[in-house]
Amino acid sequence: MAVAALEQEILSLRKHRQLYSLIGLLLVVAVLVSGYSKANSMNSGGFLQGLSKFFDYPGEIVAEAIDAGPAFFGQILHFLPAMMETLNIALVATLLGGAGAVVLAMASTRNVDSWGPLIPVVRRIMDVMRAFPELIIALFLIFVLGSSPVPAMIAVAFHTAGALGKLFSEVNDNIDRKPIEGLSACGANWLQRIRFAVLPQVAPNYLSYFLLRLEINVRASAILGFVGAGGIGQELRRTIGWGKGAGDETAAIFVLLFITIMIIDQLSSWLRGRLVGSSRAH
Amino acid sequence: MTTDTLEPTVTLNTVWPKIRRRAWLTVLVPCTVLLYLAYTWFAFDITGLLAKARPDRAAILATDSVAYKVQVEKNFRSDTFEVAIEGERTATYDNTDLPDWIDLSGDNAVVDLGEGYEIEIDGKTALFTIPNFGVIRGTATETGVETKLPEGPVPDWVKVDPRKLEVRPTIDRRLQITKTKIEVHNYFAGWENFWFPFRSPLYGMSFSELYALALNADRIDPDYSNLWFVVEEFLSNPDWQHGAVLTALFETIMMAVLGTLTAALFGLPLAFLAARNFTPSLVLRFGTRRLFDFLRGIDMLIWSLIFIRAFGLGPLTGALAIAFTDTGSLGKLFSEALENIDNRQVEGVRATGANQLQRYRFGVIPQILPVFVSQVLYYLESNTRSATVIGALGAGGIGLLLVETMKTSRDWENTSYIIILTIVVVILMDQMSSWLRRKLIEGR
Repeated sequence: MAVAALEQEILSLRKHRQLYSLIGLLLVVAVLVSGYSKANSMNSGGFLQGLSKFFDYPGEIVAEAIDAGPAFFGQILHFLPAMMETLNIALVATLLGGAGAVVLAMASTRNVDSWGPLIPVVRRIMDVMRAFPELIIALFLIFVLGSSPVPAMIAVAFHTAGALGKLFSEVNDNIDRKPIEGLSACGANWLQRIRFAVLPQVAPNYLSYFLLRLEINVRASAILGFVGAGGIGQELRRTIGWGKGAGDETAAIFVLLFITIMIIDQLSSWLRGRLVGSSRAH
Repeated sequence: MTTDTLEPTVTLNTVWPKIRRRAWLTVLVPCTVLLYLAYTWFAFDITGLLAKARPDRAAILATDSVAYKVQVEKNFRSDTFEVAIEGERTATYDNTDLPDWIDLSGDNAVVDLGEGYEIEIDGKTALFTIPNFGVIRGTATETGVETKLPEGPVPDWVKVDPRKLEVRPTIDRRLQITKTKIEVHNYFAGWENFWFPFRSPLYGMSFSELYALALNADRIDPDYSNLWFVVEEFLSNPDWQHGAVLTALFETIMMAVLGTLTAALFGLPLAFLAARNFTPSLVLRFGTRRLFDFLRGIDMLIWSLIFIRAFGLGPLTGALAIAFTDTGSLGKLFSEALENIDNRQVEGVRATGANQLQRYRFGVIPQILPVFVSQVLYYLESNTRSATVIGALGAGGIGLLLVETMKTSRDWENTSYIIILTIVVVILMDQMSSWLRRKLIEGR
C-alpha cells in the first residue's frame, strides 16, 4: 500500500516536473519567435533583404585586400602600434583593476578575517562597480579628459575591480583556515596573515582569473576605441568612415584584431591550464 | 597504490635555490609591473592629458544634470522680453503670468535672485546688486558693452570684455550682456518638465490630481480616454522623449535576450560535436573547435560592424552579433563541460536498453544542465552591458541614444537620465539572473 502511494507521489511529481519543463521550453520558444519577428520589424533593414547583402561587405573588403597584394601585409604592420596601444589599455586596466580587486576581496570575505561591518558594504560597492557599463564611464571621461586611451583604461579598470573582486572573494571563501590560525597563534597581525597564509593559497587562482579578465579586457578596449578612446578601435572607425577605397585597411585591422585575440586566448588558456590544472581552467 | 619507502631527503642544497628564486621573483615582479606602468604613463602621455583636461566640463555636466535654468532675456533687436525654461521656445512663459521672482513693468524688470542678489533691468542698462561686493552696472551700446565695477580688484567671476560682460557670482546666478541683449539665468534644482511638457494641460499637476483625472469621465481630448491621454502626454514629452528612451531600452534588452538564447541553442548541439567523448571523428571535432575559435576571435566589434552593413540599424543586428560571438564562447564552455561528465550515469541508462537519444536525454543532459543554465545566465547579464556598447557602435538601442545625446552636449540632464536608466536596467538584469540561478540550480 505504502509503496503504491509512494509510486503515485513520484509519478505526480514527475508530471509536475514535465509540465514545468514544457512551460519553460514553450516560454523560450515564444520569446525567440516573437522577439525575432519584433526585432525584424524594428530593424531598419529586414532580415531577408539583409541576408542577400550579408556577404557583400566582407566580400568587398576581401576583394580590396586582394587587390592591394603584398602591400596588405605592410598595412597589417602599419596598424601594429595602434594594436599595441589597445593591448596597453587592456593590460594597465587589468593590472590596476586587479590590484583594486585584491583589496576589495580581502575586505569582503569573512574567511580571511575581514572587518565584519565592512563586508556587506564592500560587497554592495562591488555589485555597483560591476553593473556600471564601461561605455558610460568611458564616454563621460572622454568628454572631460578629451579623446585619449586613458578614459578607456579607467573605465575598464573600474569594471574589472568589481568583477574580479567578486571572483577573488569567492576564492577566498574556499581556502584552508589552518595556516591563518597557525600564524595568528604566532602573533602575526592581519596584514602578515594575509601575506603569508592567504596569498600563497590563492595566488594561482587569482592569476588564472586575472588572465581570463585580460582576455575579456582586450576585446573591451578594442570596442571602446571605436567610441573615441584611441587604439585599434579608433583606427577602425577612421577607415570604416572613409567608406569605399579603405576596404583593404579595414581588412588589415580585422585580420590583426583576429590574430591578436586568438594569440591572447590561446596563451592565456595554456597559462591558466598550467596554473590551476586544465580541468579548473575555465 | 605503491608506497615509497625512501623519503626524499631535503638538504640545504635543494632548498636554497628555490628560496633564492622566490626571493628574486618577489623583487622582480613588482619592479617589472612598476616599470611597465611608468612606461605607459609616457605612452599614454598622462602629463599632457592632465594639462588638457577640462574639469570645468565635469562641473557643467554635474550642475546641469541636477539643475535647470530659467532664462530672462531682453532682446533689443526684436525689442522683446522673454522668460523661458532653458531658453526653449516651447517652454516660454506668458508675460502676464510670470514667476513671482520677476517683476515686470513695461519694458523694465526687477529680477530677484534670492539671498540679496538682485538685477534691475532699466532700458539698456542692467544693475546687478551683489551682497558684500556692490553694484555692477552694465550698459549695452551700439558697439558693445560699457561696464562699471565697484572700486577694488576685479574678481575672477566677472569677465569684462568690450563686447560682452559676464557675471556669475555664484554657480546658480548669472548675468550676460552683449550689444543685442541682456540675459539673466536663474538656476533651480531638479529636472524641468520631467513629467509633462510645458504646454500640456497636465503641466504642474500632482499625482493625486492626475489619479483623479484619469478616473474622471470628462475627457480632455474627446478621442482618447483620460488615462490614455496622460500616458500619451508623458511618453511624447518632447524634452525628455520618454517613449523613445523606453523603446531604446527595450531594444537593448531584446538584443541581449535574443542573442544569448540563440547562442545557447546553437552552442549546445555544436558542443556535442566538439567534445572528445561524443565525437570520435577527429576531423569533425577539429573543425567544430576551430569554428568556435573563429566565432569568438572575430569578436563582437567586427561582427556588429558587418551586421550593421547588412541589416541596418536595430535590435536584430545587435542580437545576431551577440549570438555569433557567444555561440563560440558558450560552445567552448559546453564542450568542456561535456568532456568532464561522469560516464557511469550514461552506462547506467544504456544498461536499461535506452537508445542513443534516450541516453543523451537521461544520462548526459541532467549532468550538464547546471553548467548550461548558470553559464547562459552569466552571459545574459554580461550581454546586457555588451548590448549597450554594440548599440553605441551603431546598432541602435540605448547605447546609440546615449552617444547622440552626449554629442549634442546641450541637455545634460537627458544624458544623466539615460545613464541612470541604463544602470538600473543592468542592475535589475544582474539581480534577476542571480535570483534565477539560485532558484534553478540550488533549488528554491
